[in-house]
Amino acid sequence: MHNKTISQLQTELKNKKISSVELTQYYLKRIETLDKNYNSFITVCAEHALKQAKSADTDIAAGKINLLTGIPIAQKDIFCTAGIKTTCGSKILDNFIAPYESTVTQKFLAAGSVMLGKTNMDEFAMGSSNETSFYGPVKNPWNLACTPGGSSGGSAAAVAAGLAPAATGTDTGGSIRQPAALCNLTGLKPTYGRVSRYGMIAFASSLDQAGPLAKTAEDAAILMNVISGYDAKDSTCVNRDVPDYTADLNKKIAGLTIGLPKEYFIAGLDPAVEKAVQTTITELKKLGCNFKEISLPHTELAASAYYVIAPAECSSNLARFDGVRYGYRCENPVNLIDLYERSRAEGFGSEVKRRILVGTYVLSAGYFDAYYRKAQRVRRLIRDDFVNALKEVDVILTPSTPTPAFKIGEKLQDPVAMYLSDVFTIAVNLAGLPGLSMPCGFDKGLPIGVQLIGNYFDEARILNVAHQYQQVTNWHNKSPENI
Amino acid sequence: MTQLTNDEIKKVAHLARIKVDEQDVENLQHSLPNILALVEKMSSVNTENVKPLAHAFEATLPLRDDVVTATDQRELFQSIAPQVKAGLYIVPAVIETE
Repeated sequence: MHNKTISQLQTELKNKKISSVELTQYYLKRIETLDKNYNSFITVCAEHALKQAKSADTDIAAGKINLLTGIPIAQKDIFCTAGIKTTCGSKILDNFIAPYESTVTQKFLAAGSVMLGKTNMDEFAMGSSNETSFYGPVKNPWNLACTPGGSSGGSAAAVAAGLAPAATGTDTGGSIRQPAALCNLTGLKPTYGRVSRYGMIAFASSLDQAGPLAKTAEDAAILMNVISGYDAKDSTCVNRDVPDYTADLNKKIAGLTIGLPKEYFIAGLDPAVEKAVQTTITELKKLGCNFKEISLPHTELAASAYYVIAPAECSSNLARFDGVRYGYRCENPVNLIDLYERSRAEGFGSEVKRRILVGTYVLSAGYFDAYYRKAQRVRRLIRDDFVNALKEVDVILTPSTPTPAFKIGEKLQDPVAMYLSDVFTIAVNLAGLPGLSMPCGFDKGLPIGVQLIGNYFDEARILNVAHQYQQVTNWHNKSPENI
Repeated sequence: MTQLTNDEIKKVAHLARIKVDEQDVENLQHSLPNILALVEKMSSVNTENVKPLAHAFEATLPLRDDVVTATDQRELFQSIAPQVKAGLYIVPAVIETE
């Protein structure tokens, strides 16, 4: 049952082979008995979920079937859910009950889905290993000594372990695609502005975007149909028609031109990753795709620009956590400054504080031009590289990550080494483009992912390529041993 | 310049309203220079004639009709506050009394 895709579960629900209540109970039972091994959930909403499932069963009986009626989903704990604890993986929000619903979770409610719970994540989505969470690290179901990646590591581990059919994630520099790669899932970061950020706790507002973590490209397309679209509550959300993302999945991809940026196939790339990516290229050639070497000359500067822009925006966004209106407050503050300084020092973890400090520094008087302005100029060069390349090719293909999953603790003491595990995904956020990671092989039992980058609002095309690839390969169907 | 002095770190921490002790400063002395060195790789490229890009689409903020959409939810919002009294958020006294 837990290896079934959303699309398969929809058929079973429709044909009344199983009810949503049974399905929900099944997943809740798995979470209860197995999640102690993974730590993928922060909050499990058993009662709430069963209520939603019951209501879904009533709808199914009445023939009222919506996009996700009766399908259990796990939500990353970055989305505000009215009346249900929303922590963002932080002590500072450990007592936070959101007074309103995010647009993404509202859309899931409207689509008839069941929320199993809220998944673990790096604190405020700042991390690539899920080790910065106040609620402890998440373990990779493929190897419990390894991280599932981050920041959407709880979502990825939950789906890989069969504790949820699919989950939501958010991606500021790779936080959907990197854990998807490390856990053998299909993860999509949509074009910036495709999905509303309303009620999604902000890290870096010009980069953050929500998207699906699923077993297949088809499931990712089904979830994109649910979450995409204009929202007046997010001024950066783009008012543009939403296609049916499942409509083109079966289109043949012969004749498509795929670009291989030479800057992504460099020394330092794990040989096993390179081999798996080359095998993917061979497979796609068999499907009739043409490959072309391209250049994205400013690739090397993406991490540098990102680690100015993201901390700068984070230092501004996280200024709201002040111990006054909601969240953690320190004991016995002697004055207002002491209240701010101690609430924040005690409430935030060390990586979040480090990024706030870097951001404050690069925005401070005397350094603004040298760092922040400079990073914005480099951002334009990086964006223009992609815009130019996408005039020549339909899709760009790269490895998703430089290596398969790394060990828990391996990079925790070296922030820069951790930052560089996102080196292949960061530039896509700076450019605002859609990017997808899909399974393409294994090394020593650990999954490897390959990234497809599309043009602005061309999610349907990268989903189409991924779906066609998944029709002729079996990587995405593999599950960890005993799952 | 990628090495910050202890005083510079303390100043930035105060600007960010985050209390740091000597141990925190020492830890930051280990990690911040590496991060700033990563960042300073940007100086290898000349960007003199490149316009800064703040947002992928250079979007302008959309306009809407000037109508009231938000309702008063003071009680709901204050129900999650650390300390409130008579509809006000309570913080330590800001103005000293005699």
